[in-house]
Amino acid sequence: MPVYSEKVMEHFMNPRNVGEIENPDGVGEVGNPICGDMMTFYIKVKDNRLEDVKFKTFGCGAAIAVSSMVSEMAKGKTLEEAMKITPRSVADELEGLPKQKYHCSNLGAQALNKAIQDYLSKKKKRKEARDNGG
Amino acid sequence: MRKVYLDHAATTPLLPEVREAMLPYLGEAFGNPSCLHSWGDAAREAMEAARAQVAQLIGANAEEVIFTGSGTESNNFAIKGLALAQQDKGKHIVISAIEHFSVLHSARTLEKRGFELSLVPVDKYGVVNPDDVRKSLKKDTVLVSIMHANGEVGTIEPILEIARITRESNIVFHTDAIATAGTVPVDVKELGVDALSLAGNQFYGPKGVGALWVRKGVRVIPLLDGGIQEGGRRAGTENIPAIVGLGKATELAKANMTARIKHLTQLRDRLLSELPAKIDHVVITGHPQNRLPGNASFCVEFIEGEAMLMLLNSQGVAVTSGSACTSRALKASHVLIAMGLPHALAQGSLLFSFGIDNTSEDVNYVLEVLPPIVDRLRQMSPLYAKFIKAGKGGS
Repeated sequence: MPVYSEKVMEHFMNPRNVGEIENPDGVGEVGNPICGDMMTFYIKVKDNRLEDVKFKTFGCGAAIAVSSMVSEMAKGKTLEEAMKITPRSVADELEGLPKQKYHCSNLGAQALNKAIQDYLSKKKKRKEARDNGG
Repeated sequence: MRKVYLDHAATTPLLPEVREAMLPYLGEAFGNPSCLHSWGDAAREAMEAARAQVAQLIGANAEEVIFTGSGTESNNFAIKGLALAQQDKGKHIVISAIEHFSVLHSARTLEKRGFELSLVPVDKYGVVNPDDVRKSLKKDTVLVSIMHANGEVGTIEPILEIARITRESNIVFHTDAIATAGTVPVDVKELGVDALSLAGNQFYGPKGVGALWVRKGVRVIPLLDGGIQEGGRRAGTENIPAIVGLGKATELAKANMTARIKHLTQLRDRLLSELPAKIDHVVITGHPQNRLPGNASFCVEFIEGEAMLMLLNSQGVAVTSGSACTSRALKASHVLIAMGLPHALAQGSLLFSFGIDNTSEDVNYVLEVLPPIVDRLRQMSPLYAKFIKAGKGGS
């Protein structure tokens, strides 16, 4: 078993924001079970802010801790602020990740970003539909 | 908190009797067995007594037993030493797809140096078909190595049948018996093999010692050059305390084998039958009957092994997993993949390996703590969510 920081262990043992959001404004899924980790992020957006963030993760201790940390970091932030969350900033907040886990398990920021992109593209489509209709 | 060690496939505890037997050789009896004085004599006598004990365990002659520094060294020595000794005859080697890395990577090293390597497949239970071994043989095959049992999934291989085939073709046959020697009966004459590896820490002996048995008349090139220790086949001052410990462990293994097998089989069979009854979507890996007495291996669907392992550890239970995340190389177990398990399922691998100190209460404890762990991780798993939704959609 890799040596995890206390922060990683704490988030792994008590993950925040696990679950799904019904009728989410955006969904982002990354990874696949072949490489070991898979994360799905769900977001609810209000006034350009992440009102709610939830996730489901298939993966190791690091993957679960990363997801939990990203959800905590993102909640309440504006979309612009949330998009600035990077694998590096997540790893820093977790007081480090084992080297071999850095790339495969540190997908949380990417999944969140995908969920935000999903929200933005849906929003754009709705606007286009409205514009065309009007 | 209750502490339950269920990782005997990784290593076993040292028996107190074994430790006692070793102590003099960590103290006053420190001599070098190559020396011709009383210190040397004492060390040499102890070493030769241990050699006789190891030989007895596997039905061999003592002079055919070479002590090594580990099971890994025994396997490296066998694969490289037996192949290189015959390279004028041919350069083709046959091993199974589920060999331990110490065999697999040794064979790969030879491949890089001009040998040709064939990997024999296994069926869904991890069993090698002797016919596949027969089909893989070529005119220039000089070595076949198939493990006696796989420690990861417990499956015992048909070594007798394979040995019949190699004997017909006059090909040297090595078996990695590290998971079996000292645990189940292993007799080199009965098996019909030409070389066999074993390791002390698999049956309550010390770490850092193993042995390679090579049938008299079969040539093997040393891995280590130097003095004429071990008849010139393995140079270096012998690790006398560990060798004495290995000897004592083999003696105890032989004397208690029947009782140990009975005890381990009971614990194993309880877990193999009761765990899948308590948790849905759990697959037993390895052969249902023909398996190591202490091995209960599973794959739990929709979740990943390391996370289970960590939560079990937080409850005091020590196990192991073949998931990619638990391996430093971040690759799922080559054994499970060779058996045809999908990658996602292999990620949920969990191996319980029982030892002689485990009790029925230990099984109860696992059955109590594991279901909530699985449930908790499944509640977190997007794969499980998809499975549940698909099920509802279909009904």
